[in-house]
Amino acid sequence: MIDTVERARDTPDHQQPYSELGLKSEEYHRIRDILGRRPTSSELAMYSVMWSEHCSYKSSKVHLRQFGDLPRSEVLLVGIGENAGVVDIGDGYAVTFKIESHNHPSYVEPYQGAATGVGGIVRDILTMGARPIAVMDPLRFGPADAPDTQRVLPGVVAGIGGYGNCLGLPNIGGEVVFDDSYLGNPLVNALCVGVMRHEDIRLAKASGPGNQVILFGARTGGDGIGGVSVLASETFAADGPAKRPSVQVGDPFTEKVLIECCLEIFAADLVVGIQDLGGAGLSCATTELSSAGSGGMHVVLDRVPLRDETLAPEEILMSESQERMCAVVTPSDVDRFMQICARWEVTATVIGEVNESGRLTIDWHGERIVDVPPRTVAHGGPVYERPLARPLDLDDLTAGDPGRLPRPSTSEDLQALLLRMAASPNLCDKTWVTEQYDRYVQGNTVLAQPEDAGVLRIDEQTGLGVAVATDGNGRFTRLEPYAGAQLALAEAYRNVATTGARPLAVTNCLNFGSPEDPAVMWQFAEAVRGLADGCRVLGLPVTGGNVSFYNQTGDTAINPTPIIGVLGVMTDVARRTPMAFGTAPDEVLLVLGETRDEFGGSEWAWSEHHHLGGRPPAVDLGRERALAEILVTAAEQGLLSAAHDLSDGGLAQALVECCLRGDVGAEVRLTGDPFVNLFSESAGRVLVALPAQRRARFTELCEAHAVPVAELGTVRPEHATLTVAGQFGVPLGELRAACTGTLPALFGSPGR
Amino acid sequence: MVTFPGSLDDRDAQRAVRLAGGEPVALWHGDADLRGVDAVVLPGGFSYGDYLRCGAIARFAPVMQTVIELAGHGLPVLGICNGFQILCESHLLPGALTRNAHLHFRNRDQRLRIENTSTAWTNAYQPADEIVVPVKNGEGCFVAAPDVLDRLEGEGRVVVRYADGNPNGSVRDIAGICNERGNVVGLMPHPEHAVETLTGPSTDGLGFFASVLTAAVS
Repeated sequence: MIDTVERARDTPDHQQPYSELGLKSEEYHRIRDILGRRPTSSELAMYSVMWSEHCSYKSSKVHLRQFGDLPRSEVLLVGIGENAGVVDIGDGYAVTFKIESHNHPSYVEPYQGAATGVGGIVRDILTMGARPIAVMDPLRFGPADAPDTQRVLPGVVAGIGGYGNCLGLPNIGGEVVFDDSYLGNPLVNALCVGVMRHEDIRLAKASGPGNQVILFGARTGGDGIGGVSVLASETFAADGPAKRPSVQVGDPFTEKVLIECCLEIFAADLVVGIQDLGGAGLSCATTELSSAGSGGMHVVLDRVPLRDETLAPEEILMSESQERMCAVVTPSDVDRFMQICARWEVTATVIGEVNESGRLTIDWHGERIVDVPPRTVAHGGPVYERPLARPLDLDDLTAGDPGRLPRPSTSEDLQALLLRMAASPNLCDKTWVTEQYDRYVQGNTVLAQPEDAGVLRIDEQTGLGVAVATDGNGRFTRLEPYAGAQLALAEAYRNVATTGARPLAVTNCLNFGSPEDPAVMWQFAEAVRGLADGCRVLGLPVTGGNVSFYNQTGDTAINPTPIIGVLGVMTDVARRTPMAFGTAPDEVLLVLGETRDEFGGSEWAWSEHHHLGGRPPAVDLGRERALAEILVTAAEQGLLSAAHDLSDGGLAQALVECCLRGDVGAEVRLTGDPFVNLFSESAGRVLVALPAQRRARFTELCEAHAVPVAELGTVRPEHATLTVAGQFGVPLGELRAACTGTLPALFGSPGR
Repeated sequence: MVTFPGSLDDRDAQRAVRLAGGEPVALWHGDADLRGVDAVVLPGGFSYGDYLRCGAIARFAPVMQTVIELAGHGLPVLGICNGFQILCESHLLPGALTRNAHLHFRNRDQRLRIENTSTAWTNAYQPADEIVVPVKNGEGCFVAAPDVLDRLEGEGRVVVRYADGNPNGSVRDIAGICNERGNVVGLMPHPEHAVETLTGPSTDGLGFFASVLTAAVS
């Protein structure tokens, strides 16, 4: 029997399964207050998915406001609240970029979870009117040798590749990090970048009474029903049931065709508003579109094309079937809209009409099953000021000074350490992962992983381009969330500047444990405060982002992991600075910034001693700004032949990577404690290589910005050895074998 | 330049044609008219999602009926990656492309040896030239019956061979082949992604597009 509005009025005491749908008792009663009656089962389905943590940001909203309070940026064309923020990069071009998480689905079903994560973020970017031009994937897994990582990682990587490659989107960067805290809660974040002309920006709103609401793309099926409420907003119970039916299944071919179809529709200027169907499916699209426009909409739900004719209306409203979009089109444009869809063989159906009633009404075979004020569904969800409490173990952690850990004392020990670190899962060569991704398609990839940032050409005539980097350090953030978020911001910012791009804007994906745990909520509040303060100092707007809570199994939360994405602009990508040594004659090496004895949360403490304690490295955002100014100016003036940021694994790792990337040796001379010099993870440092004749000009530039610069050594193309004078020399062949052997040994050698 | 639903490297191949000095013309899978072009490129991608055998559906596209007919009269046709798969499914070239031996998609800069410089697409190279172009595929493992392979080798129809490592398990390191007449060439690696130093590992791929311009003029 269909639960109609009329029936709901007549049966006020009918028991409803709100708690199974993830709603708390007080939330259910709030819905009853709004409607003045009990909700119908369809209405309950819509409220439950839209008021889920994933869609409503109910625990994070009060903190995220700080991003909106940042000074108005003149480059920001569209800010927080739309599907993705849009940034002006000059010459009439606009770029949109955003990160989202697909952590829980990727744990349940790694391939499809990761694949649809890519699909979802790509549709967000497309919805803004942009052509998607690249993706990146910051990933976190449990220990590399854990059996569950063996299950999750290959599936996630294959899913990202399988979907992204088939869409024709180059994968230009990301991270692969292993840590015990992610065992059982891997993080699969996906970033997408898109480009458009200013005049092509599209927004998610249904305005103009009489305008038609068109659902187009894939048919609606039973996949992903309740995904947002059941999956994304609940902690995994250690012995809970498998939740596979809640994971969506992706069809990248349909999405590829949908992208081309949408771009043709945009070019013909045929939409008034557009929204993709992602989390919460039609419930989200219809309520968000109508609350942002004329205020009302009527939908005939039985017109929705189905893959499974047995679906109930509640299921159709909640389904998260992929590759669907919803557009608002004026009646006179409907025919042309339909013609373009037919050319691409995309199913398109008029399912409703915009009105000014202030209500979203939905009929099912002639009966009214939904009658709600759409804003209460889309934006009227509960807002919680969750209790915060500094974690009880934090004092102990901070007191666990890594200074007491044994350090290498001889040259032989140092050399052995360098090789062990370079081979460790977190620092080793990630080719096993990245060669499963297409980095060439579209023909505009100027730099891709393992470079500091991905660099894309936007305009073939002028060379205008963008650089994007993502970073995050869960260990630093665990030790000090405020500083950890700023360190992640500083590193992504530095990485973008290292390639020669001027940082412009920030996006983020905030991965945390349960917001119902005051200790987690404290970490979250501190991290958001740190990020907002950091963006203020760097003068960057936050363009949008995503919050992923409930990343925990039982009582154990992941290390808090804010992933920060920074986008920068480059006026001519031909001037980019790559990381490989050996591309110019007579190269000298310099280190910018100061190296201190800072090992709290470092890769050395973790991989050598399984130690996490002390304080993370100090952050100096003023210094980061000065450093970026130097790097961008030096790139524009063509002073540098290579640059690489110093971060995980310190100077030693940077040297290893730059030598191997260029397949040339280098000789360096250290002053002071060689261990601290090689392995400290002090922030605000960059290693650069440049022809000796340009050294004076570059050093002057550094002095002008008051950034210390130290002579380190020279590139030695004739010697295939990395030499630390007075300490050791390691042949490149030995280094390469150490770096490249780790992942194939763990995840299977794909042969030559 | 034919675009099928799911073609990905079509605009990239157009760029390569332009950089080599040619004029790219966009062709649509559903249109049998080749608009008087002098040569056809079937680009990389996943036509129709490649959910069936790669290229198995694309071969039935209206445009392919004309391509098959004119190829028989000597029209130069280049199939890159998915295009190579379509050429094999169309029986314009022998053999088949199967799942990579290691079962992964693989993208790397690949060294290739040019084995035949008399085709419409390789006449700009010198015999035994070694070039570096990207390879990126999940189903690029070339297979054929032993007698077919012997015939290909005997007639010099192995056009490009993997050098310095075989990325997908292709039999006899075969990266690309041609038909008897040498006007139809298929290869798995992507020469259109090695046309600018800024975005590719080399500019070695330009030779394929320069070759066909010479062939078209003569």
